[in-house]
Amino acid sequence: MSQLDDLKNAIKSRLGELECVIGWEQGYDPLHATPLFIRTEADLDRLIIGPLAVHNLATYLPGFKGKKIGVVVKGCDSKSVIQLLNENLINRDDVVVFGLCCDGVVSQRKIRAALPADPGFVESVEVGAQDLKISVAGQSATLKLSDVLADKCLICATPDAIISDVLIGAAHTPAPAASLACQDEFEAKSDAEKLAFWQETMSRCIRCYACRNACPMCVCRDHCIATSRDPLWISQDNSPAENMMFQMVHVSHLAGRCTECGECERACPVDIPLMLLRRFMNKQVKDVFELQAGTALEQTPPLLTFKVEEERINERGW
Amino acid sequence: MPAQDVRELRIVGFLCNWCSYGGADTAGVSRFTQPTDLRVIRVPCSGRIDPLFIVRSLMNGADGVLVSGCHPRDCHYAEGNFYARRRLEMLKRFLPITGIDARRFEYTWVSASEGQRWQHVVTEFTRRIHELGPAPTFNPASEADWNTLAVQAGQGQTCPCHG
Repeated sequence: MSQLDDLKNAIKSRLGELECVIGWEQGYDPLHATPLFIRTEADLDRLIIGPLAVHNLATYLPGFKGKKIGVVVKGCDSKSVIQLLNENLINRDDVVVFGLCCDGVVSQRKIRAALPADPGFVESVEVGAQDLKISVAGQSATLKLSDVLADKCLICATPDAIISDVLIGAAHTPAPAASLACQDEFEAKSDAEKLAFWQETMSRCIRCYACRNACPMCVCRDHCIATSRDPLWISQDNSPAENMMFQMVHVSHLAGRCTECGECERACPVDIPLMLLRRFMNKQVKDVFELQAGTALEQTPPLLTFKVEEERINERGW
Repeated sequence: MPAQDVRELRIVGFLCNWCSYGGADTAGVSRFTQPTDLRVIRVPCSGRIDPLFIVRSLMNGADGVLVSGCHPRDCHYAEGNFYARRRLEMLKRFLPITGIDARRFEYTWVSASEGQRWQHVVTEFTRRIHELGPAPTFNPASEADWNTLAVQAGQGQTCPCHG
C-alpha cells in the first residue's frame, strides 16, 4: 500500500474525534498545491502528498488552539510543532500529528527558473522517483527532482517527522549537518557588498507581510509591532531601510525560535532570499547557546532564560 | 578628541539608570574630559533595551550605538542585565549579515562608581567610530538624487523624461 493510502487510512480512523485534519490538495493547477481542511471522509479523496506539498501546515495550529485537530507534517514542519508546544502556543492533547517520512519538496522558484519560459497554467505534472514531467500548452519538459528541490531539503537533517502520533512511510537515515554553498558564499562577502545587496533586494519588497503570515512562529497576528501606529516602529515609507527594518523585527523576534522551515522565503512574491538572515541568526544561536529550535521537547527559547555565568559570552563585556 | 577639531558623529548611548548613568554622572562630576559625540538616553535597566532600539538607531543614521548597564550580578532588578546580555550578544553577532559594521555597536558594563572606566569606554568607543567614519545610509538615494528629482518634478510636463 502506498504512503498516501496509509495516510488516508490513518486520518479516516481518527477523523471522528477531530474538528478537522489539515493536509494538502491540488491548487489552481497540477503544479501547485494548496492546504486542504479535511472535515469529512469525502474530502479525503482530494488529499495529496509528495514533493509538491510544500506548505508548512503547522502555521495554522495556533489559530485552532482549544479545538481538537489533526495536522499532516513533514520532518521540517514537525520542528515547528515542537517549538509551538515548547512555547505553550498549542496543547499536545489537542493536536493529532500525522508525521511523514519526506523525500524533499520542490521550490517553485527553481522550477520557474528551470523552464524555458514562465509556464503559466500547467496542464499536467507527473511526479517520478527522480524527475518531474511538466506539460504546458502541449509541450512537456522533464526536470530532475534533485535540481529543483528547495534549499532546505538539500541540507535537511530531519526528513522524518520527529514528533508524531502516527508516522507514515519508511524512515530515512539522518544525514549529517551540512551548510549551503549560497549561504557560505554570501557570508564571506564584505560589509559594503552585503549592504549593497540588501539595498537592492529590499527595494523590491512590497511589504505584503506574506513572510510574516506564512511563518509558523509569528503568532502575534493583529498585534504585530510592524503594523502598530503607537509605537510606530516602522513608517509607511516604502524605502529599503524601512523594509529591511521589518526583516530585522522578524529576525530578532525569531531569534532562538526559528525552525528554518523556509516558509518566509517561499511565500515572498518578489523572491527575496530571506533565509540568508534566518540561517545566519540560527547559526549564532547554535554557536552561543548550543541549541536549535524545534529539535527537542521541553526546551525554553534561549532568550527567555539566562545563566548567571555564560560560557560562551564574554562575561566582562567590552 | 575635542569637538572643534573634527566633524562630530552621532553616537547614541543607552545607559541604565542605576549604574552606567550614575557612572557617567560620576565622570562628569569628577571633571574627566570626554568626547562630546555621545547622546545619552537613560533607560530604567539594560533589560529594558529592545535590541531593535539599536537597529532602529543605526537605520535612522546613528554612526554608533553604545549600550551600558550594571555589571552582571549587580543589576538593581536582580536579573535584567542577564537577559540583556543574551539579547545584545545575539544582536552583535547578527549585524554582520545585514552589511552594518558590527563595530558600530558595543555593549559593556559600567558601575556608578566607575567614573574613570566610563571615561575610558566613551573615549575608546568614540575613537573607534571616528576611525570607521560616518555610517553608510541604508537608503541608497543620495541628496543629489533627491535634488534631481525635485528639479524634474518642478518642470512638470516640460521635463525631458516625458518626451
